[in-house]
Amino acid sequence: MLEIKNLHVKLEDEDKQILNGVDLTVPAGEVHAIMGPNGSGKSTLSYVLSGRDGYQVTEGEASLDGHDLLDMEPEERASAGLFLAFQYPVEIPGVGNLTFLRTALNAQRKARGEEELSSAEFLKLVREKAKTLKIDGEMLKRPVNVGFSGGEKKRNEILQMAMLEPRMCILDETDSGLDVDAMRLVADGVNALRSPERSFLVITHYQRLLDHIKPDVVHIMSAGRIVKTGGPELALEVERNGYGDLLAEVG
Amino acid sequence: MSVETGEAIEVREGVDRETVETVQNMGSYKYGWDTEIEMDYAPKGINEDIVRLISEKNAEPEWMLEWRLAAFRRWQTMVEPKWAMLNYPVIDYQDQYYYARPKSMAVKPKSLDEVDPKLLATYEKLGIPLKEQMILAGIEGAEGAPAEGRKVAVDAVFDSVSVGTTFKDELAKAGVIFCSISEAIREHPELVKKYLGSVVPQSDNFFATLNSAVFSDGSFVYVPPGTRCPMELSTYFRINAENTGQFERTLIIADKGAYVSYLEGCTAPKRDVAQLHAAVVEIVILEDAEVKYSTVQNWFPGDEEGKGGIYNFVTKRADCREARAKVMWTQVETGSAITWKYPSCILRGEESQGEFYSIAIANNMQQADTGTKMIHLGKNTRSRIVSKGISAGKAQNTYRGLVSMHPRATNSRNYTQCDSLLIGDQCGAHTVPYIEVKNTSSRVEHEATTSKVDDDQLFYCRARGIDEEAAVALVVNGFCREVLQALPMEFAMEAQSLVAISLEGSVG
Repeated sequence: MLEIKNLHVKLEDEDKQILNGVDLTVPAGEVHAIMGPNGSGKSTLSYVLSGRDGYQVTEGEASLDGHDLLDMEPEERASAGLFLAFQYPVEIPGVGNLTFLRTALNAQRKARGEEELSSAEFLKLVREKAKTLKIDGEMLKRPVNVGFSGGEKKRNEILQMAMLEPRMCILDETDSGLDVDAMRLVADGVNALRSPERSFLVITHYQRLLDHIKPDVVHIMSAGRIVKTGGPELALEVERNGYGDLLAEVG
Repeated sequence: MSVETGEAIEVREGVDRETVETVQNMGSYKYGWDTEIEMDYAPKGINEDIVRLISEKNAEPEWMLEWRLAAFRRWQTMVEPKWAMLNYPVIDYQDQYYYARPKSMAVKPKSLDEVDPKLLATYEKLGIPLKEQMILAGIEGAEGAPAEGRKVAVDAVFDSVSVGTTFKDELAKAGVIFCSISEAIREHPELVKKYLGSVVPQSDNFFATLNSAVFSDGSFVYVPPGTRCPMELSTYFRINAENTGQFERTLIIADKGAYVSYLEGCTAPKRDVAQLHAAVVEIVILEDAEVKYSTVQNWFPGDEEGKGGIYNFVTKRADCREARAKVMWTQVETGSAITWKYPSCILRGEESQGEFYSIAIANNMQQADTGTKMIHLGKNTRSRIVSKGISAGKAQNTYRGLVSMHPRATNSRNYTQCDSLLIGDQCGAHTVPYIEVKNTSSRVEHEATTSKVDDDQLFYCRARGIDEEAAVALVVNGFCREVLQALPMEFAMEAQSLVAISLEGSVG
């Protein structure tokens, strides 16, 4: 599914190296977590994979189902099945949530040569998916993320994910700014989407999200590299001892 | 177009599927073809003989000719206004054709069957929202008819001549007169004499005076007392002939308690040489009457280097002449190389209301200087201005507005909201509000914002699979939402697509 080999990335505008040879493979159906201290390059990895401007890949490769991701425009990556749930979902004043969702869904379907959904089909689908995330009709009509609480924004990200049905989902610190109840809702939403065909890369600081979204594999990232990989017990270790000991251990 | 309830809500929220499709399927100016139709031209230039010729071609009575000649004499003493934030080469008024009409119109057709098929084909190509081509072709209730069984009566003006008006009989049953102004001058001289020039006098300004002298056609509407016009009325203007100025004149009268919604659409072919357009719209609104006037202006904007395009100098004014009269101007200005246009409201009657909703988009080398005037003369009058200016490329976009509260306009109110959106770093947005308050009980509020299309917003859209141009269109349509909502639905959809098209190539 997702294959990252020796990925080196620097900032486009300054001479600052962020990723220093990331190697990562996420097979289909698996949930991988990336943990690491602030500034370790976790969010950069998610941005580079989804095609945000401002970064320059100096070495290495990244592919999704064998397709070179780095060669594609962000929208092509999305249509190819990559989804990034943003740490800070962006507000788009005046654009209704429904309109946004439908535009995105149909753009992807069109790019894949599939039939676009009629408004009736779309509405039926979105209502069904929104229900499980406790997103009401009123929230669907409001402009995208405008005036949403932290929890509403993150639920909205998961709703988009549920609608777009990506093959590879990256969750960038989806737990930040969430209270326990909101986190549970989000985690339930994610768990409902787990399937043998779909993979997840969950980026987080804290173990607590991983209590709700159980990972198959946990990676520790530091200074732009994956420095340690293990099972769910690795996350517990971080929770107990912090990153200090662990990083000292790997040198 | 089939419109379901769910969809109706969505369209009003912002952009939708059609817009995205439109962006993908269309060239940058889809109306830029030229129709090969044999034309009759008057000789180039303007003089009294040309004015006489135009009057004669329209078989006008003597009083009309005198009116035109008076305007022409006045015009010769006037100078072109230069106060707008617009830069354009000197216009040689003697190097224009002031009258052109399709040869097939030399003898007025008795029915649309007699219209040159190429002319009708032109309307077909336009595919403008209202399915005019079908209506013009007389296919009533054809499958593409507007939603909810709504019908729209259309008057089409091709270069200088009105080529056809639809649904005339049905309108006549309701007592509504909807015809070309040339026909109104012949058939309803009492109404024309009473109201023509009563809102925009012959001497009003350089361009309006020129129009008064040489206007060749346009639309006329009279809605009798207590009548709600049974359908929306629409005029569709197209400049086709080369080097031709278009000077149409529209006169709308809503008698006591009447209501009418009027739509105006404009396109022109791509030409290397700039074309002049100087129109006048006058609206008279009597007691308790209401007029909604919506424009989607999509004249050719010139190419990326600023070559060609329409120079659009338009005077539009509504006179809320009696108590509780109400007018709402909504405009979507996406085309023209130069836009000089300030649809205004004279709030003379007590408790009369004026509203102005505007989207002005300027891309590439386009320059727009547009806004409104709210002249509060009567007590307890209200006005509201919502202006959304979008600049991209190297364009300059100016909002220029006047809110004037006269001494007798006590307890009156104005609210103005002026938002500018910039795309890229080579364009400009300017806001020039003039406010005059000459009494102590009135209130004027003005809010203005300037923002940029945010890279984060674009990336967010693209990360969801929406390509860059569609993303810009989506964000901009969101920015314009309050104004798009003020448009009749079919026009709102057209406007959304236009927003997308006119911003093509503005990013990346």
